[in-house]
Amino acid sequence: MRATNLTRRLAIALVAMGLGLFAPRTAAAQHETAADLLDGERAYRNTCANCHGPDGDVIAGIDLGRGRFRRPMTDEDLVRIIRTGIPNTPMPASPMTVEQAQKIVAYLRNRASGARGSLAAGDPVRGKAVFERPGATACTSCHRVGASGSRLGPDLTDVGTRRSAAELERALVDPGADVAPPNRTYRVVLKDGTTVTGRLLGHDTFSVQLIDSKEQLRSFAKGDLREQGFVPSPMPSYRGTLSPQEIADMVSYLSSLRGR
Amino acid sequence: MRSALRLLFVLALIAPLQAQVSFDRILRGDREPHNWLSYSGTLMNQRYSPLTQITADNARNLQQQWVWQTRSLEKFEATPLVVDGVMYTVEAPNTAVALDAATGRVFCTYPYTPAPEGRPCCGRVNRGLAILGDTLYMGTIDAHLIAIDAKNGKPLWNTVVANAAQRYSITSSPTVVKDKVIIGTGGGDGPIRGHISAFDAKTGKEAWRFYTIPGPGEPGHETWAGDSWKVGGVGVWNAGAYDPETNLVFFGTGNPAPDWDGSTRRGDNLYSDSVVALDADTGTLKWHYQFTPHDELDYDATQVPVLADIEWQGRPRKVMLWANRNGIMYVLDRVTGEFLKGKPYVKTNWLDGFDAKGRPNRVKFPTPEGTLVFPHVHGGTNWAPPSYSPRTGLFYVATWENSGIVSVTGQFPRVMSSNAQQTAMGQTTLVPFYNDATEPYGVVRAYDPKTLDQVWEFKMSDITWGGTLVTAGDVVFSGGREGYLLALDAKTGKLLWRSSVGGQVNAAAMSYAVNGRQFVAIAAGNALFAYALPAN
Repeated sequence: MRATNLTRRLAIALVAMGLGLFAPRTAAAQHETAADLLDGERAYRNTCANCHGPDGDVIAGIDLGRGRFRRPMTDEDLVRIIRTGIPNTPMPASPMTVEQAQKIVAYLRNRASGARGSLAAGDPVRGKAVFERPGATACTSCHRVGASGSRLGPDLTDVGTRRSAAELERALVDPGADVAPPNRTYRVVLKDGTTVTGRLLGHDTFSVQLIDSKEQLRSFAKGDLREQGFVPSPMPSYRGTLSPQEIADMVSYLSSLRGR
Repeated sequence: MRSALRLLFVLALIAPLQAQVSFDRILRGDREPHNWLSYSGTLMNQRYSPLTQITADNARNLQQQWVWQTRSLEKFEATPLVVDGVMYTVEAPNTAVALDAATGRVFCTYPYTPAPEGRPCCGRVNRGLAILGDTLYMGTIDAHLIAIDAKNGKPLWNTVVANAAQRYSITSSPTVVKDKVIIGTGGGDGPIRGHISAFDAKTGKEAWRFYTIPGPGEPGHETWAGDSWKVGGVGVWNAGAYDPETNLVFFGTGNPAPDWDGSTRRGDNLYSDSVVALDADTGTLKWHYQFTPHDELDYDATQVPVLADIEWQGRPRKVMLWANRNGIMYVLDRVTGEFLKGKPYVKTNWLDGFDAKGRPNRVKFPTPEGTLVFPHVHGGTNWAPPSYSPRTGLFYVATWENSGIVSVTGQFPRVMSSNAQQTAMGQTTLVPFYNDATEPYGVVRAYDPKTLDQVWEFKMSDITWGGTLVTAGDVVFSGGREGYLLALDAKTGKLLWRSSVGGQVNAAAMSYAVNGRQFVAIAAGNALFAYALPAN
């Protein structure tokens, strides 16, 4: 199965809560009103988005929209950082009042918690069995969990921390709808006609890097290619192949994958 | 008598090694092409090297000569200076360094530690030094201007230009004009009131100040609603240009603040997103042209003004060329500020034309369902400097094709791409790149200033924060996020050569010569690279 990327703002905090990525909410952000959240969003857009991006995920290691920081942060930590910045980093101080900064924190916390999605009513044990079921469309022929499975597709070891239940379900029934950039499939045809298809690991004006179906890391000079380009995701839709209950079970299993 | 003549001859040979950098030398930098005496080579900002050793025919033989690695993890945006074999640059944020331009070996450094509150929006970076006499000048990220002895790296004076705690900063190279050092304040995405100031080169004493937002009673003040002028931003992020015939110094100005929400600052918000022409002696405003009135898309004029003398509609004209962040390329009369022509140079849809005075007619506004805007806030180009060749008569710009969705006033426009990472304000290391053909990309393009028509382009897969350099050997050097230094034929855009520099190119190249050998230098990642043809 190929994990998909809905709009990032609808990402999970579901499992992150369990991992302690969210610190306990404190009084600073507990009493926000809808107006406060709108104020917070507006302030975020005006002040923070230039560097952090509209979804808060532009800076490596930080995903404000999902409540991910480089270390656990209390609301007070965040308010302080918004106001004073972080020395020796590009994060500047801000002249905001505590109340204004609290509204931004409330907005971010609310956004992350609101993006948790709904758990499918499935059974993770049954889902694991479906996931590991052998066959032509076996999930493990492309995906890896822990030390098992192929590296061709996205590694799902911690997919439960990265995707909501709704996103996972969509990935199963409509896998080509929204493929995350790092999961795109690329095909190259060499001048002798040899065709290689794999997951794109990167490309530039002059070269392409793939992992192919044999899990080989391949690099090609574009000048050596007759054809090249993105191709649709090879992941099949499991709508009709799996029953609704099996899909719910799969979603439940995948949601439980939170890394080692 | 013969021995006296011989002595004179010897003195003439060694004089360049000892001569101070007078303003006349800076002004006529084209007379000593082995040197690079100001940010873009000369005060016309053409970033054109008259050196001819490297040509379109032999550029394929370029070889790396040396690499100097910094200790900084910040973006390396500086263009070095070269004075008679000595290179001067800045390791971010504010360590000035003197190097042997032939070997990359360090002579001396001046490590300045800026105050921690100096943290502008887009990195603790520095774009280079200025020099006058034996003194280097460096703007700092905490908004100081520091004079440094070029021979030993000792600080001579340190003047506070603005209060960093109020979000002011300096990232640009200073601009030396006569006996003054002129510099603008960055930080205009925050609630500052930007300014351009001149300082006595010997003492650091302020000589004049021009506020980029007019105060009460000054013309243009009425273009700011209420007290919005006090915190309207309008920083200055890049070096200026100077025209000795009119004694005007020109600077581009930044966006008004808050960036994407104009509701609190109704009006045109002069002199945001403008070029201002100031009397170099007094700072008096002589003319201005505003590229983007009442900007709500962060289209700041953070580019360097490029001065050129071209034939315009059958007669010689002193013009200013400007590829703006707003996607429009301009030709202005630099004596009067008259708008001569404006034309999109990347896909642009926020305006549908100009009135007779060159005021754009904006047609795209935020809507609940979202409005697609070309270009995105990062612009058709950004701060990285372009170049102009008097030989080819072409203007070379490293551009982006990109777009965004504006759905809510005050909201950062949503990137029209699933790969939002690409719009970060530049990074140092190479990162995997997954874009497909529908997503933003970078292109080096050549334009004819007489028509603003595109003459050629070299398309890259990834975007670019690098500028361009053009040489009299008809080679254009550029690069981008992919981490290549590219050599392109200045007449055709054909790729002549490339070198993988292992990090993102966030600066424009420059060229110089030592002992008759031409070098091209480029900052990339966290290192500075120098290339030349084989010594034999």
